[in-house]
Amino acid sequence: MTQLTLAPVRRRISAMAWARENLFSSPFNTVLTLAALYLIWLVVPDLLDWAVFRATFTGLDRKACLGADQGACWPFVTHNLDQFIYGHYPEEERWRVDTTFILGIAGLVPLMIPRAPWKRLNALYMLGFFPLAAFVLLSGGRSGLNPVDTSYWGGFMLTLVVAVTGIVLSLPLGIVLALGRRSRLPLIRLLSVIYIEFWRGVPLVTVLFMASVMLPLFLPQGVTFDKLLRCLIGVTLFSAAYMAEVVRGGLQAIPRGQQEAASALGLGYWQSMWFIVIPQALRHVIPGIVNTFIGLFKDTTLVLVVGLFDLFGMVQFQLSDARWSTPQTPTTGYAFVAFVFWVCCFGMSRYSMSVEKRLKQGGSK
Amino acid sequence: MMDSLEKASSVRDLATARVKIEIAGMSKWYGTFQVLKNINLNVLEGERIVIAGPSGSGKSTLIRCINRLETHDAGRIAIDGVDLTDDLRRVDVVRREVGMVFQQFNLFPHMTVLENLTLAPILVRKMPEAEARDMAMQYLERVRIPEQANKYPGQLSGGQQQRVAIARALCMNPHVMLFDEPTSALDPEMIKEVLDVMIGLAESGMTMLCVTHEMGFARQVADRVVFMDAGEIIEDDVPEEFFAHPKNDRTRAFLQQILSH
Ligand SMILES: Nc1ncnc2c1ncn2[C@@H]1O[C@H](COP(=O)(O)OP(=O)(O)OP(=O)(O)O)[C@@H](O)[C@H]1O
Ligand SMILES: [Mg+2]
Repeated sequence: MTQLTLAPVRRRISAMAWARENLFSSPFNTVLTLAALYLIWLVVPDLLDWAVFRATFTGLDRKACLGADQGACWPFVTHNLDQFIYGHYPEEERWRVDTTFILGIAGLVPLMIPRAPWKRLNALYMLGFFPLAAFVLLSGGRSGLNPVDTSYWGGFMLTLVVAVTGIVLSLPLGIVLALGRRSRLPLIRLLSVIYIEFWRGVPLVTVLFMASVMLPLFLPQGVTFDKLLRCLIGVTLFSAAYMAEVVRGGLQAIPRGQQEAASALGLGYWQSMWFIVIPQALRHVIPGIVNTFIGLFKDTTLVLVVGLFDLFGMVQFQLSDARWSTPQTPTTGYAFVAFVFWVCCFGMSRYSMSVEKRLKQGGSK
Repeated sequence: MMDSLEKASSVRDLATARVKIEIAGMSKWYGTFQVLKNINLNVLEGERIVIAGPSGSGKSTLIRCINRLETHDAGRIAIDGVDLTDDLRRVDVVRREVGMVFQQFNLFPHMTVLENLTLAPILVRKMPEAEARDMAMQYLERVRIPEQANKYPGQLSGGQQQRVAIARALCMNPHVMLFDEPTSALDPEMIKEVLDVMIGLAESGMTMLCVTHEMGFARQVADRVVFMDAGEIIEDDVPEEFFAHPKNDRTRAFLQQILSH
């Protein structure tokens, strides 16, 4: 009885206590809280006003968005959404992109849910079957599928292709490089250091230009390979260098005794790395790893400079479309791109936080 | 008092036992600093040796050379007559033969106790998983903590962690066990539970080399006490003699200091 009547009261008190503890714990904190509230009050109403209250939601061309005091021009986005997603991928083949996407989600979601069973099989699917299936589906040319040249790929699909490839390949490559940098063999150490410092020293834009303009000059005449492939390699090699440094930080946090214990039990170098050192090292640097992933995800927009049209590139491209030329179109387009990228990056960040929390609860120190 | 205690009994006859570990003229340098100087030490099968000495005298380095966590620069170390060299296959054989327990336990914190125990048997000895698990449970019972099998090391007390570490080494079925100050990182009330396990191990006839400052343990189980100072073995005797009539001044000084505590 008493418990029933007490519970809600306690909860209300705790909400106030929470605010006192977190927002007004000291004079300085109080000032910060008030400043933040003031900023929110400055920005949010105007933003809402622009994005919702004064915005146009329907319409077939620019005329819908030409009113005085006009807010966002959302029909520009909805009208071109297919292009933003698929780029110039042929319309009658777009089901292949959808299928790839569904196959990817079907593997990714259970992999991310800790309690879902068959993790090993699931990982095998994601790292073995899925990349192959995605490659066959998207580029075609076999299994009765029409070939679709990568120059037609674009939009969010291209963003995902570049980002996912980069993310999936840069982590293992980064781990190998980090181990190399700590190797006892001077030659391997030297090569790793040269690699890492080289790639960290050049801007990604330069790398992409080199991959797409310079590389063909060095290749024998007649040998060409795909521009997208060259970009993928460039992006992967580039982010692997960053990943290597993040992972190295994690490796340094693992006491020597761990590897010694593994050696004393008869485990070889690779066994002790794979089962003992790397799993612990990666746990230490999840925030850094995700940070690199997020950086890579956003850097994919740079493929625009070599003539590949990712989501940002497609939006930019459509801005020049006279049918939608209004004062509000660019702002709307960029806001849309920013929002999509933000959702993806914020999602990654939140998921990594939940993983960290779970690992802490797992009882491992 | 302790002298009157009977030496841990076991079925063994050291007079006819064969040499398990042979160390002859062994030296090691860190740069220009000589850590180990002309070490000669034979360990018989089933023999229990306690190594004592002041900090920095090279005790850890000596036993780490035996399972090649460190390499020696001169002289030889042979285990079962097989010389320790850079030949990796021999190193593997030695590491399977020789178990090691560290001062800091060095359990794998991201694995449960059971996983800590089964990892090496499965990976190195290619033992089927179920069999490895059964064996691990047997050893956990032997160190008296079967109920902790599914916990993580971080959830155990220091004494429990060290017992898990001993069980983990035993899971590889070693013929020799090396201990490097296994109780030095423990709170006093946990030292006994670990020493009890080690005494039990000694009684089972295990060949043991143990760096420790637990002189009660030395009296009770050691066949020989080896005293090191500045990289040299300066005394090597049965415990009765070692404690009653130390020959070297430095040994005497050390014993006075450690026994006055
Ligand atoms: N990796 C190393 N590089 C250089 N010197 C070292 C290294 N490891 C140990 N030493 C030195 O070698 C000497 C012997 O070290 P060791 O750890 O074997 O001593 P110990 O007898 O085990 O001492 P403690 O009782 O403190 O554990 C010490 O002087 C130490 O400083
Ligand atoms: Mg030591």
